[in-house]
Amino acid sequence: MSTSRLVNGVEVASHYRDANHQYQSNKEGLWLFMVTEILMFGGLFVGYIIFHGIYPEMFAEGARSLDWKMGFINTLVLIFSSFTMALGIYFIQVKQNKKATIALAVTIACGFVFMLIKYLEYTHKFHLGLYPGRMLHMHEGAPEHANLGMYFGFYYCMTGLHGIHVMIGMGLIGWVMIKNMRGDFNEKYFTPVEGVGIFWHIVDLIWIFLFPLLYLVG
Amino acid sequence: MAHGHNEHHIMPLKTYLKVAGALFLLTFLTVGAHVLREHFEPFSAVIAFAIASVKAYLVMAFFMHLKYDVPSNRLIFATGFLFLALLFGICMLDIYTRIFQGNVL
Amino acid sequence: MGHVSTGKSYINEEPGLKSWFTSLDHKRIAILYFVAVMTFFLIGGIMALLLRLELFSPNTAGSVMEHIPNFLRKAGDTPADLYNQVMTYHGAMMVFMVIVPGIPAIFGNFFLPLQIGAKDVAFPRLNLLSWYVFMAGAALAVSTFFFSKIDTGWTFYTPYSIRSGTSVVMMVVAAFIMGMSSILTGLNFIVTVHKLRAPGMTMWRMPLFCWAIYSTAIIQVLATPILAITLLLLAMERTFGVGIFDPKLGGDPVLFQHFFWFYSHPAVYIMILPAMGIISELITTYSKKTIFGYTAIAYSSIGIAAVSFFVWGHHLFVSGQSEVAGIVFSFLTMLVGVPTAIKMFNWLATLYKGSIEFRAPLLYALGFLFLFAIGGMTGVILAVTAVDVHFHDTYFVVAHFHYVMVGGTLMAIMGGLFHWFPKIFGKMHSETGAIMSWVFIFIGFNVTFFPQFILGAKGMPRRYFDYIPEYEQLNKISTVGSWLIATGFIIALITVIKGLTSGAKAPKNPWGSKTLEWHAESPPIMHNFEQDPIVTAGPYEYK
Repeated sequence: MSTSRLVNGVEVASHYRDANHQYQSNKEGLWLFMVTEILMFGGLFVGYIIFHGIYPEMFAEGARSLDWKMGFINTLVLIFSSFTMALGIYFIQVKQNKKATIALAVTIACGFVFMLIKYLEYTHKFHLGLYPGRMLHMHEGAPEHANLGMYFGFYYCMTGLHGIHVMIGMGLIGWVMIKNMRGDFNEKYFTPVEGVGIFWHIVDLIWIFLFPLLYLVG
Repeated sequence: MAHGHNEHHIMPLKTYLKVAGALFLLTFLTVGAHVLREHFEPFSAVIAFAIASVKAYLVMAFFMHLKYDVPSNRLIFATGFLFLALLFGICMLDIYTRIFQGNVL
Repeated sequence: MGHVSTGKSYINEEPGLKSWFTSLDHKRIAILYFVAVMTFFLIGGIMALLLRLELFSPNTAGSVMEHIPNFLRKAGDTPADLYNQVMTYHGAMMVFMVIVPGIPAIFGNFFLPLQIGAKDVAFPRLNLLSWYVFMAGAALAVSTFFFSKIDTGWTFYTPYSIRSGTSVVMMVVAAFIMGMSSILTGLNFIVTVHKLRAPGMTMWRMPLFCWAIYSTAIIQVLATPILAITLLLLAMERTFGVGIFDPKLGGDPVLFQHFFWFYSHPAVYIMILPAMGIISELITTYSKKTIFGYTAIAYSSIGIAAVSFFVWGHHLFVSGQSEVAGIVFSFLTMLVGVPTAIKMFNWLATLYKGSIEFRAPLLYALGFLFLFAIGGMTGVILAVTAVDVHFHDTYFVVAHFHYVMVGGTLMAIMGGLFHWFPKIFGKMHSETGAIMSWVFIFIGFNVTFFPQFILGAKGMPRRYFDYIPEYEQLNKISTVGSWLIATGFIIALITVIKGLTSGAKAPKNPWGSKTLEWHAESPPIMHNFEQDPIVTAGPYEYK
């Protein structure tokens, strides 16, 4: 079933009554998907907290090797990108689609900055030999705790999975930005932008907790 | 408050600016508390996560528009955290009672 | 619309094979799932027969596994290795590729929109995508067969799964991908139920099958993400030796089991809840009586879904979980008996003084009641921690979950198939064939699995490739039973094929059922209903 009709400039699939019916349904689907994201990341958080409780000193040793300033800058970058993402939607709502494109472009740029800093952090760690698990092989001195690799296992899993989400998010934002430039959105129809926005905010939300967890509390 | 039944709710630009400002401020606060953490022990972790929770609330309520969304969507999103708490709670119950019992992990 | 019946249906409206693989119609996607799942069921079933054949006698006279052709085995694999592999594939395929997607993706896809009077599911594109995602995962899972295979059992328990020299990472990624498909299906159904009900179709007028599918969908969305992260961590564990689940590196293998069963126990209810939904439909239709305790059955579906998240620790009674946690889980597990019993008694009360018609679907439903009662009650026995110490990892457990999964879910699938066959394909099948298949499956099932209760009570461990001579008699009986089941399924297959090729044209409502799908044509047209239905009464107003 692929037929759709145009109602007030909004394409409505034939199994929906009207544009609002379709919008509310899409929105609910989005939120359900976000729940799965939270649960998936949440599993990692639960594991982290449990092992942090069992090996507090080992985690402290791991956290010491992270540079909280890098994490701090990345937090600011990501919060700013969340702000510009929200602005992107706002500008479409008030019919300033050109400004929306700029806001979305800035969001993508922030994503690049975030990934660049991540890259610098990762390469620095690799340089010191701080790999996850049994690959851990410190070039200077030996780790104080034999299973320090577990901390870096968590570190790379959490930031890695988060980084993948950042990249997916950047791709999605690029997609809605191009659609916006083609004039696909108007103040009545911008569901994809909203969905991508919520996804991007989730990415931000997770980082808000990852930052103190990995960089500060350790 | 549940607007947006027929119309999309538009938040004024000023609100976005305020929220972003608050988020930046709270981030600096987190780092400030971290630098002075010796004075706050053993509560430094609690402070860090309390601030993070406030930030998370701001992002969810305003950037994600949950404050103006229909109640069912708020409920759906909350369910995710609830079930996470369940996983966490019971795993902790097992692990800590195991330690209590003197079993090795 | 003014659509006069022109013999057009979803089957022939768009011609060509390509139109099937690109169709967004929920009924066509259901058929795609049907073909795929039944193929996997055939493979998994052949493996089951192979396992039973191996256990026909102790290995003094040699092993059946020696006859597996060379191109299907790695160099150096002993018959015992092969047995472990066959057992793992049987379990993994039947769980991830047959019963988890089975009822929701086939019957749920087909009948959920029809029963609530919708034109389609909420997200047709996503629906097709989830089929492709499922097939991609399934293809990856099957392809491990041509690499190093797997031999961990479908549960991938650490630390063995970290050290096993087989393609565990590939299989784990495959399960991850199929999990994504399951999430997308569940998400789709939740929104469909919330948003697409026809005018007048309130939640409390939904057929009970829809309630069951809805409860299942909630579990799919809430539990599967934890499986995803668990499997990813396991993959990390194997690749980098992170040590989270590896006791040698200070990790906790019991935590793996916690995470795994946080998904997999609710997943057991993903398998059984929709089956219960089908049973509700069958019993009320063939006893021509309003279902007894509609509200109680609907609530108990939600209740089972909720309780299912609180009981996973009963898989860990002897795994080194703390005693406190064991006791808590033991009590919580017995709670599941309450909503389940509510359903059972309501079904029995529905049959009471009904105008019962002994057609094949009802026979399957009665088979379900009988077998599921045994499966459920032995579950309560296993929930008692002290008893479980004796019974765990014996054939008692194997018999228990086969009584639930096969005696429960599979009976419901077969019953649902013969109930809805005329609606799905627009042709009538042979009633005799359907009844004969039931006779063989029902008897064969009991012959196969009842002796396993006794074997388990006598202490025969599960997953073993060989056994001591004392167990031979009962194992022989069990293996003969597996042949009876196979015969039953062959009869069912012939009945279906004959129905498809030479069945008479089916009327709109051959069984006099009251739910909405029977108001559509057989088979339904592309948009389901010629006129958008308006609902004015509950689903089962028989008398």
